Amino acid sequence: MNPIICTRGLTRHFGATVAVSDLTLDIGAGEVFGFLGHNGAGKTTTVRLLNGILQATRGEARIFGLDPHTHGSTIRRQTGVLTETPSLDDRLTARTSLRIFGRMYNVPAAQLEARVDWLLQTFRLQAYADQKVGGYSKGTRQRLALARTLLHDPKLIFLDEPTSGLDPVAIRDVHNLVQELTEEKQRTVFLCTHNLVEAQKLCHRVAVLAKGQLLAVGTPRELTRRFSTSQRVKLRIGAGQERLLPQLLVNCPHVTYTTTNGCDQQTTQVMMQGIPYPYLPDLLSHLTEHCVHLFAVEPEEATLEDVYFALQEM
Amino acid sequence: MNWCAIGAIIEKDLKIVLQSKSVIIPLVTVPLLAMAVLPLMIGVLVRGTGLAEQLNIERMLASLPAAVADQMTHLTSEQAVFYYTFVYLFAPFYLLLPIMVSNVIAADSFAGERERKTLEALLYTPTSDMELLVAKLLAAWLPGLLVGFGSFFLYAIVTNAVAWPAMQRLFLPNMLWLLLVFWVAPAAAGLGLGTSVLVSARTNSLQSAYQIGSLIVLPITGLIVAQLGGALHLSSLLVFMMGLGLWLIDGGLFWFGWRTFQRSVLIARL
Repeated sequence: MNPIICTRGLTRHFGATVAVSDLTLDIGAGEVFGFLGHNGAGKTTTVRLLNGILQATRGEARIFGLDPHTHGSTIRRQTGVLTETPSLDDRLTARTSLRIFGRMYNVPAAQLEARVDWLLQTFRLQAYADQKVGGYSKGTRQRLALARTLLHDPKLIFLDEPTSGLDPVAIRDVHNLVQELTEEKQRTVFLCTHNLVEAQKLCHRVAVLAKGQLLAVGTPRELTRRFSTSQRVKLRIGAGQERLLPQLLVNCPHVTYTTTNGCDQQTTQVMMQGIPYPYLPDLLSHLTEHCVHLFAVEPEEATLEDVYFALQEM
Repeated sequence: MNWCAIGAIIEKDLKIVLQSKSVIIPLVTVPLLAMAVLPLMIGVLVRGTGLAEQLNIERMLASLPAAVADQMTHLTSEQAVFYYTFVYLFAPFYLLLPIMVSNVIAADSFAGERERKTLEALLYTPTSDMELLVAKLLAAWLPGLLVGFGSFFLYAIVTNAVAWPAMQRLFLPNMLWLLLVFWVAPAAAGLGLGTSVLVSARTNSLQSAYQIGSLIVLPITGLIVAQLGGALHLSSLLVFMMGLGLWLIDGGLFWFGWRTFQRSVLIARL
């Protein structure tokens, strides 16, 4: 893999506070890379370091093979950044804002109008194009900020909470756009998000960050395999047999469950979670040995959310 | 230097500032009042009340420096009043305009951008720190310059027109005012915006930037008082030296601006 982003021991301190510590990453072209972490985990600082806005205290970074500190302008010409707050001028219209930023990004004058029109259409902003941004809803502002991020067709796109404040249709559009950008145009997307479902859906690989430290990197599947310590299972048992469960699970303190009526009169649905990984067969044997009738067993895959919380608690 | 990007930032800043009523109203009314309405009122007052005839012109000339008095010895009382008022007394007033305009726009451009949380998007553009600074400075300096030139043009028309019945000749522009308009006023505009950059580096609030930045008019107010009190009279040499001093101060402020207007410094303050 020829990495677009390459960092080695990248570290940034603010006084005594360590914002990013010893970050080592390689991210390739066409990859959607999820960067997960709580507020203050160091995600925004990393984006700033990679764009040459901040200087690293220690370590190094290469974007397109260039040092962001010395080649910040060249790098920023090829990156687009959607910041956490949309950072839009309320007194400008969407069209004016896009035109002005297009000139800042050196979009050729002959292409600028067509590009602006295409973005206004793609992000369903035509109706608001000539209205001042100050009157926009949160979702419309976010769509405009996204449009501005893609104005100069960047090769590397940093998205900080891109679907925050968007309605479900707009969220689906953004997801489709990210997939189109990476699959069809080979663009690289660096996605900072709290939305773990979104990360699982979109990202080829994810990194989990806490207090500036990288806790894990890998594909969502690798991480769930590596870090999930327990699993969930959906059972259908004989109606009324749920009353046996407290007694049967008395020696399994980590296992919790919820019950709902089954789709027929004969069964009850039980969602059981916190089952330590190798013990699901034993648990099922234990239940059947004690006359619990199992009509269906559906083990559920651990999610990125499970991994994320497991890592944060480690 | 990427002048296309610089032009875009200037256009953005001016479009934003020109839509703020709290900025645009004083920017239009103050030059109009100071350089058109006030001279017109003075002209009407002098012509209508015969004020000049009541003045002891010999005593007035005797209190002025020889270089100033020499220009007025052959004038009638009315002519001397017009000449002294419009050529000398209004000169420091005029300097307030470019200072005020560039100061207000720079405050909106620097502190205002931070307050509105729009600076971050600008920092992620490919513009270099120097281009960003030059764009921001020009966005405030050029309107100061334009208002300075425009105000003088208006002032020259109004004063020549109002004093024409007495003077029977065009007395403005003269060397003193040409120096003021083309040498001192641009430097004064630079001082106004340089002060704003200095203040904006230390405050996150636009209101504070306006308030602290407005203190820059104090030296000019001192100049007005000194001239009214007879302690100082503007001459071409003095105006030239004043301009030189202001350009040097501007250079210092630009150097300070360059040191503080770095992405890494600005982003840390967001």
